[in-house]
Amino acid sequence: MRNSRLLSLKPFVLLGRDIKAFLLRARQHPTPILVILPSFLLTIIFVYFFILWTLTLSFTTSTLIPQYNWAGWKQYFILWSLPNWYKAISNLGIFGVLYIGFSCGIGLLLAILLDQRIRFEGFIRPILLYPMSLSFIVTGTAWKWLLNPGLGIERVVRNWGWESFTFNWIIDPDRAIYAVILVGVWQSTGFVMTLFLAGLRGIDSDIIKAALLEGASIYKIYLRIILPQLRYTLLSAVIILAHLAIKSYDLVIALTGGGPGNATELPATFMYSYTFTRSKMAIGSASAIMMFMTVVAVIGPYLYNEFRTKKQ
Amino acid sequence: MKKDNDSVLYMHSPIIRIIIYGLLLLACLSFLFPLYVMIVTSFKTLEEIRKANMLALPENFTLMPWISAWQESCVGLRCKGLKDYFYNSIEIVVPGVVISTFLGACNGYVLTKWRFPGHNWVFGLLLFGCFIPFQAILIPAARTLGILAISNNPIGLILVHIAYGVGFTTLFFRNYYEVFPTELVQAATIEGAGFFQIFFKIMLPSSVPIIVVCFIWQFTNIWNDFIFGVSFTSGEGIPMTVALNNLANSSTGVKEYNVHMAAAIIAALPTLLLYILSGRYFVRGLMAGAVKG
Repeated sequence: MRNSRLLSLKPFVLLGRDIKAFLLRARQHPTPILVILPSFLLTIIFVYFFILWTLTLSFTTSTLIPQYNWAGWKQYFILWSLPNWYKAISNLGIFGVLYIGFSCGIGLLLAILLDQRIRFEGFIRPILLYPMSLSFIVTGTAWKWLLNPGLGIERVVRNWGWESFTFNWIIDPDRAIYAVILVGVWQSTGFVMTLFLAGLRGIDSDIIKAALLEGASIYKIYLRIILPQLRYTLLSAVIILAHLAIKSYDLVIALTGGGPGNATELPATFMYSYTFTRSKMAIGSASAIMMFMTVVAVIGPYLYNEFRTKKQ
Repeated sequence: MKKDNDSVLYMHSPIIRIIIYGLLLLACLSFLFPLYVMIVTSFKTLEEIRKANMLALPENFTLMPWISAWQESCVGLRCKGLKDYFYNSIEIVVPGVVISTFLGACNGYVLTKWRFPGHNWVFGLLLFGCFIPFQAILIPAARTLGILAISNNPIGLILVHIAYGVGFTTLFFRNYYEVFPTELVQAATIEGAGFFQIFFKIMLPSSVPIIVVCFIWQFTNIWNDFIFGVSFTSGEGIPMTVALNNLANSSTGVKEYNVHMAAAIIAALPTLLLYILSGRYFVRGLMAGAVKG
């Protein structure tokens, strides 16, 4: 299949031949090519040209408005010397690991629980998944209220009689990032559960039947047969969640606004505030390019793999 | 995929089954509890919110927070409620969804039934666009919309949503048409049907499920968008999510939590209703968007 050509090691040799064949076809039968052309041009401009544009800006001294003077790697050196950027990066590390870890852990557990011939499955599944249809702004607004120490969950538990209960993560600079993680996990777990449930349902039941006949215990079957087969589902889930974590902007803005102080600063909020509120467009661009490279590093191998497995 | 609910392997022991049902109940409660609190809070007076337990049902049931959120609450300095921003979002979502779905259908059709040399390059380039973090294109997009004089204008946001949605919609339709029998298309060609005739008479009528999936996916994404809205619009042109955020995060005045909750529910309602009415398709879209191919 031609799919392999897209990502094989010598695409450029073949590119020339493709272009020739393409031009010939374009002359003979232009309609299909003309139909796809608008979308293609739109993507070329809005994705590829714009990324190059951002890259260019990151090598300039642009502040409030773009300037096109060459400044070399200066902005990247500045970026990596900013404590705020370190805070954003380390928060992304904490957020990424715990958000992905908890979403996958709880999602897998719920999927296994739901796969036990549960009577009300059709009723439970939508309940677990509905947060995924909400905007992060809605979720953030709601949870900001739930996590409000004076009025929210803290007060409810104190009213129940546990007077010393404190749950003030959202205003505690050391804990605020965990509040963001909590809400992110709440929003994404149902989705991960759905992925895992589809994975569980896709496993060949003959193998399991055979193992049961052999007298293997249910726990052993889960550990030895089922969980190993879910590793590709897990990989998909981790990549999608990592992608969401790197991009996540709305949730932090709605929940904490990046605060208290810069306690919940993430690269996405950093990029926005440096570009649009602090008028340091070149530094903002440099941070955007760092984010882009990170996403490429996460998604690239995955896409490559997807194309390769399709070929087989 | 097996049919739902017939797994070969499951735990029989009654005690374990009680624990399983207990855990699932707990999960359902913790997923529903924020929604419950939002709803009850939106019907309470501010006084009651300060006084009583968050979980309690409203004592003096009031619709005022809803009325206030819809037509009186202040977003910035403008105190005319959220209704105009709600309409803004609709104005953006409807054309955005329709056009990007239509383009996706055309592209999927070309990429499966009218392949040309290099079609995989085109698809690969379109697909990669789905994954970029929007921060990497935010500044150029803002400049371009400014130059074209369509920033702070629904047309600008529609254009942006089409540009970054078309990769996904193409993916949906490509995967759907890939398994559509090519023989049918060939037979129609022999009968003398042209490119567009086949598309409108054969492909589109048999694409209802994927059109629904694509529609829901795009509707949810565009309605819930925040970063484009906040970057490219301001004042009266902002979409619903941005208005909600400005309302809930305004630093002036008393925090009217009941109004905030009513506003959040209003902002959530379109996508939530869509999800409740067509959950199956929503899940399909998520899965297709998640597991490529």
